[in-house]
Amino acid sequence: MIRIIKSWSKRVLNSLFGRKDNIKLGFYGPPNAGKTSLANIICKDWTGEEIGSVSDVPHETRSVQVKEKVEIEHKGKKLTFKIADTPGIATKIDYEDFLKFKMKKKAAKKRAKEATQGIIESIKWLDDMDAIIVVLDATENPYSQVNITVVGNIAAKEKPVLIIANKIDLKKANVKTIEAAFPEYEVVGISAKKKKNIDDFYEALFRLSKKV
Amino acid sequence: MANKEMKRKKRSSSSSRKVKGLGLHVIPFSEVQYLSITDRIKKILKLILGNKIVILQGRLKVEEEIRLIEDTMAMVDHIKSFRGIELAVIEPSLNDSGIMAKMKQGIANRLSGNTGALTIIGPASIVKEIKKDPKKLEVMLG
Repeated sequence: MIRIIKSWSKRVLNSLFGRKDNIKLGFYGPPNAGKTSLANIICKDWTGEEIGSVSDVPHETRSVQVKEKVEIEHKGKKLTFKIADTPGIATKIDYEDFLKFKMKKKAAKKRAKEATQGIIESIKWLDDMDAIIVVLDATENPYSQVNITVVGNIAAKEKPVLIIANKIDLKKANVKTIEAAFPEYEVVGISAKKKKNIDDFYEALFRLSKKV
Repeated sequence: MANKEMKRKKRSSSSSRKVKGLGLHVIPFSEVQYLSITDRIKKILKLILGNKIVILQGRLKVEEEIRLIEDTMAMVDHIKSFRGIELAVIEPSLNDSGIMAKMKQGIANRLSGNTGALTIIGPASIVKEIKKDPKKLEVMLG
């Protein structure tokens, strides 16, 4: 009985002060942009465990990986997230692309099959998210239709979005092009590999959470 | 010299072989205007599977675009030789237009489904890449 009252009062207080516990945070974007690398930094920092494996071969994440109750503390404030790292969304999957990474034909075909199913799963999970982090590769042209479609869909569902321009440690990286492509959204440049600007990311994440 | 000429001829004949059978299919807005999402996507994918590059007058709604990706992936999973699609939208630039022109275009877009735009969708086996930036669009054939 006490537990029920406690949970009820917590829910009422949270709704009164606009605070939401266990925010469902989805990591979306094209393949190989660094979604898992960034999600791994958060999960490792706050739970001690990574969420998934990282590889140079595209479509390493082929099913949605979830980490429950990730409590993040930033500047004295605490927020709890349910983190969902999703497979990269693409309009084409060709197993022959994987052969370039010295993968055997059978394994490449299996990877391609799993990747197509992963994309469908990613899209299905979109509805269930409270806020979205779109991770883009800052060395790539951001004007691809997949990026525009993903961001457009999130906007249509009125979910708060934060855009991450990853790989700023690379010479070719251009955060300004990403800012120009998506002027309605906050863009934070980071390097998940070199752990650069991660503090700025947390700052932006807490700002994003206020919109949930 | 003759060797060079032969190589050039060989190159040009192989590139013409690659584009042989390439078909463009233009879909006027009026043709898909009253179709449901399912039928619209079905129509586009049917043409794509027939190795056609589809030029659609107007643009798909955001939910239709994501549905197109979902259905494409389901087909890649089931049809052996199908690898997916390349997709791009060209919209008329309104950056230099006045507020009234932008408003008029905005209202027209809502009413008509943005018929000023063009959507290009091609099978990934034919269209290798669609490079897009705000000022130009390049369609690279495989």
